[in-house]
Formats: sequence, C-alpha cells, structure tokens
Amino acid sequence: MAVEITSPQFKQNTRDALKDAPLQRALGKVREGFIHKRQVAIDALPEFDALRDSARDIKNHTLAHLDLYLEAYEEKVTEAGGHVHWAETAADARGIILDICRRVDARTVTKGKSMITEEIGLNDFLEQCGVTPVETDLGEYIIQLRGEHPSHIIAPAIHVNKDQVESDFRRVHDHLPANRDLSEPETLLDEARRVLRSKYFEADVGITGANFLVAETGTSIIVTNEGNGDLTQTLPRIHIVVASLEKIVPTLDDVSQILRVLARSATGQEMSVYTTLSTGPRRDKDPDGPDEYHVVLLDNGRSAMLGTQFQDMLRCIRCGACMNHCPVYHTVGGHAYGWVYPGPMGAVLTPSLIGIDKAGHLPNASTFCGRCEEVCPMRIPLPKMMRHWREREFERGINPATQRVGLGLWAFLARRPALYAFAMSIAIPALSLFGGAKRRYRYLPLAGGWTRYRDLPAPESRTFMQQWKQREALKQEARP
Amino acid sequence: MSARDAILGRMRRQLGGAATDGERRAAVKQRLSKHPMGIIPGRAQIGHAKQVKMFIERAESVQATVKRVASPDDVPKAVSAYLRARNLPASVRMGSDPLLKAMPWAAAKSLEVKAGPSDGNDLAGVSHAYAGIAETGTLVLTSGPANPTTINLLPDHHFVVIDAADITGDLEAVMAKLRKTSRKGPLPRTVNLVSGPSRSADIEQTLILGAHGPRALHIIVVGNSK
Ligand code: SF4
Repeated sequence: MAVEITSPQFKQNTRDALKDAPLQRALGKVREGFIHKRQVAIDALPEFDALRDSARDIKNHTLAHLDLYLEAYEEKVTEAGGHVHWAETAADARGIILDICRRVDARTVTKGKSMITEEIGLNDFLEQCGVTPVETDLGEYIIQLRGEHPSHIIAPAIHVNKDQVESDFRRVHDHLPANRDLSEPETLLDEARRVLRSKYFEADVGITGANFLVAETGTSIIVTNEGNGDLTQTLPRIHIVVASLEKIVPTLDDVSQILRVLARSATGQEMSVYTTLSTGPRRDKDPDGPDEYHVVLLDNGRSAMLGTQFQDMLRCIRCGACMNHCPVYHTVGGHAYGWVYPGPMGAVLTPSLIGIDKAGHLPNASTFCGRCEEVCPMRIPLPKMMRHWREREFERGINPATQRVGLGLWAFLARRPALYAFAMSIAIPALSLFGGAKRRYRYLPLAGGWTRYRDLPAPESRTFMQQWKQREALKQEARP
Repeated sequence: MSARDAILGRMRRQLGGAATDGERRAAVKQRLSKHPMGIIPGRAQIGHAKQVKMFIERAESVQATVKRVASPDDVPKAVSAYLRARNLPASVRMGSDPLLKAMPWAAAKSLEVKAGPSDGNDLAGVSHAYAGIAETGTLVLTSGPANPTTINLLPDHHFVVIDAADITGDLEAVMAKLRKTSRKGPLPRTVNLVSGPSRSADIEQTLILGAHGPRALHIIVVGNSK
C-alpha cells in the first residue's frame, strides 16, 4: 500500500538514471538554480549563521522535551476546538484519515503538498477505498498525472521537462480544445489553475501537511508559494493536517527564528509567499474556513530515534538545501534513492524509517564532500550520521563478502606497521610497473566497481611512507 | 494501551525522562509562558519612517505593487484608478471591516462593492491588513467576518489596505501583537503572512506569477509613520 521501496536496487537505479537523458537535462537546472539563489539570500542577512545556531538550539531543546511539548500542543488544539489523533504507524494514520472521510461521505479530497502523506502512501490507499485524492501543488499535480512520486522534497517535479508536462495535460485534460497553445510554462500553469479551481470547491475534505506545529498556541503552519495549500485548507468543510511529531516547536518566537532560515535555504526567498497559521476550525461568526480541524500526529519510527545517535536528524525542516548541494543527487536525481526522501537527508532518515537492511546502499551514496552539512540550516551533521549507518551495516554483516574480506585484510595489515610497509613495498611498485604507458588501469580484479566507470590511476613507484621518509631525510640534510 | 500513551511512553524511555520529570516540566512551562525572544536581524531595527520605507521596498522586490495615500478617504479612488488602468470591471469584494466600510466608496462612481466572503467569481477583493513586516515586506491578514480569508486567495487582484502605523520591524513584533490581541482565547482561525502575489517555479524552475492565489497584489499604505 505504501510507496514501493526500490532502495535495495539503488545501484541499478543509479545506472538507469545516468542513462536517462531528459533527467540529466533537468538535473542541470538544480545545480544552476537553487545554489545561486540561496547564496544571494544568505549574503543579504548578516545574522544568518547566528540564526542557524538559534534554530538548532531551539530544536535540540524541543526534542529533549518532545513528550511534554506534544502534550501541551494537544491541549491547545483541543481548547481551540480541534482534534488530535495519534498514529503509531503509517497504516494507523491512513485508517484515521479514511474514517474521517467516510464519516462525511467524502468523494474527493484536495491535498496541499505533504511529504508525510507520501510517506504513508495515502493517495493510493484513498483511491482503493473509493475516495479520489487531488494534488493541488503544481509539481505534485504533474507527477500525480504521471503516476510518479516526487523526486525532490520541495520541487517534486524537478525531473520533468516542459514538453512532458504538455503531453500529460493534453492526455488528461481531454475536455479542452486539442489545438490550444501549451508551448509556454505560463500557459501550462494557467491551465492547471483553471482545472484545479473547481476541485477546491468540490472537495469535501482538504488535507495539508505542516511545516511546524506550535505548542504555545496549538497552531499548524504551512509554507507555500502557490496558495494551493491555503485554498485546500479554507474551502472544504473539513481540514485534516497530517504531520510527523517532530514538527513541534515551543513558541511563536521560536518558529519565527526557524522561518528566517527555512525559505532562504530552500528557494533563496526571504519569506515564501504564504506562511499560514491555522488554529482550530472556523469560529462562530467566521464567514469561511472549515467546520472541523483534525491533526493526525504520525510517529512511524521517529520516537525510537530519540536518545540515539540519529536524534539530530529530527531537527530537519525539509528545506532541501542538502540535496540541492549534493554531487550525488545532482548526478542521479531523487528517484534513484528508491523511497520518499532523497539526497543526504534521505540517506540518513530512510534507514531509520524503513530499516538499514532495505536502505543500506543509501548511506554509501556519498562522496563525503561535506557540502550538505555546510549548508544545512539546522546544522545536522549528515556525513557523520551516514558514517554511523555504515558502521552499523558493517557490524551487522550486511556488506558484500569481498568488501568485508578486503577491509578485514587491510585492518590486519594496518595494525602491523612493519608487515604493512613490507606488503606495500611489493604491491606499489608492481602496480606502478604494470600501469602501462598511460599509467592507468582500465580494469583491475576486485576493483570493478571503480574501473567500470573510470580508470584507476597507477600509483607512483614508491609507497607514501617511503617518499615521506626520503623527504624528511632531505629536509634534515638541508638544515645548516 | 492507546497510541498516544504508547508513543509518549516510548519517548520518555528513549529520553530517560521519567526520573527528572519535575525539572523537565518546569523547563517546558517556563519556555511556553516566557517565550524568550531569539535573534532579531538588525536590518529593520530602525526608525518607524524608515521601516515603512523598507516595507514598501521589500514588498516591491517580491512583485507586489504599492501606492501611498494620505488618508483612508483616498482609498476608494486609488482602487478604482487601478482597476481602470488595467481595464478591469469596476467591482470589488470586501468583508465587514469597520475601517474599510467607513471609506467613501459611493464617491468612487460606478464602483460596485460586494459584501461577504468570495465565492471564486470575483476579479478583485479588498482586505485590511492586521500588520506589516518591514524586514521582508510581508503583510499579515487575520480571518473573521471583517476580512474573510477567501478574499485573500480567490480574486485575481488583491488590494490590501494597511495603516502605516501598523507596520512593524520584524516578525517577532507581529507575534507579540497576536499574542496580545488574543490573550484570552486562541489565535484567529487563519493568520496569513503574505509576501507578494502567488507564484510557482514547478515547471523547469521558471518563476511564474499567479499560481493558485492572486495574480497581482496591490498594497495601499495609508497615512504617514507614527
Ligand atoms: S537535512 Fe538540513 S539541509 Fe537537508 S532538508 Fe533537512 S534541514 Fe534542509
């Protein structure tokens, strides 16, 4: 029911991605667009780094008291006339949402952008239960038409090109004149706007995610640019917020701090166009807004991350900066990661949520260049946590035998310096000797993973230690 | 055991919280009641006249248009001039906001004013902002009969009237104001922080205005600074 997991086939996925020409074209734009805009926004705010520290500290404090802040939050939601539902698993959350939909005989549900509903596989489930979900964020709408999943957490259709959108619209919007002009992004957006307008009014239930839940006031906050989330939560009779429980922040002041780093890190905006606070259902005299307000709090493995070396990951605010700056993401795109969350944040979070046995390749999908940690507004030590996963993977013996034997052999030698030096003094000149005129290896036994895509440079004829000793000796001689 | 108890119980075990519960509870209570202020960017810590200027500049930098008028009486004229210049029908939707209602709409000849929330058939709507934020050029709009949320979202052209005196420097100042206004009860159902007209960059990262919300945002700043 939930999203199909292809993380175990990560290696095959990456091979497919590298051969996918339209995808490679689209990924070029990630590199150009996001990185520059973020830098400009950050250069314009001298307090940015201090705000990152502040944001990190707020979240650390919150996570250390998460149980209590959740209780406080629940009390405030209830006071404002809303309902909080607790869901241990994805299946529980789906069940709660379906019950609400069934109670009001919902036929269609509009949806604002929500990664959590991707995580719980809500769309397929609702459809199977006879409720039609309609994605309203333009990117989400496009990939829903294509029967795909998001490839980026804030730009879900980043892998899709304009021509592909045009042909999807022609296929699905077949009630519109066939000779209409859809050659520009503007005309495509306009068509989506018109088609979706009526959906907001028809829907019985509107489902949104939440960027933040504020304990002080029992408020949920969404941050968007299109306004679709706002229409989704304003026009239908029922508003359901689906949020994972680490979205809590203590106060309105705390959320103000984090908002300052969110949009800048995500899209390079100072503020997204719409930052909307929702508290309870409409009031007695209100002429619009939903009659009912529900919050589904999803755990799905997160509470078990508290108190572990992966707790820091729960600070993530899903800005996407880590993937925008990741050379691996730039090369293979989001789908290769094989589940909901791609890029560095996915490489750390996915094993926690679906298991290291299925997601073991992801923490290895890193060059350890450290850019992700440098740009993360919440200062999450992503590379360190990927290493934690690698260690665990090794301890549990999930790696392939060649790797284990190889590392074992290396460790054996590394702990015996004399033997190591001796072995290397034979191996290095040999590799150097057989490297040929080009001084490169096109193929080397046991190193196929490397040589399949690039040559292995042949080493210098002497080992590092030999060269080092010689250098030091020369330096000594040079001294007066 | 309920899901709630199971989740909270697991959290306490993971955090090793039970033993020090008293201390932890006190820390949470303290933060919720004292809501300590964080880092406020220096850029908007300036005199009020300059804040108003910054608000306007920043709003324009995110593709809003801005008009300054001297008094509330000038607003209807400004609205009809805008509509005429763009060949739009002389009709606006508006809630029951007292400041807006007191304006001389009848004097702006042939301008039709429809009352109540928007049903999606209005081309233009008028709202009165609760506050403005200079640091980012952001408008703050609160729901209720005075200014229905649908007017912020459905019409193609959204006029927002803001009293210059309601423009503050930073986001935290607005949060403090909200806290004060609704001390005895919850916040309004919806608080919209709006920075520019709606937009999307979902097709090949090309930024286009007018996604699902207004295509144009026209801000009318009334009066001078405090
Ligand atoms: S890990 Fe950091 S950079 Fe990546 S999405 Fe989360 S908050 Fe943003």
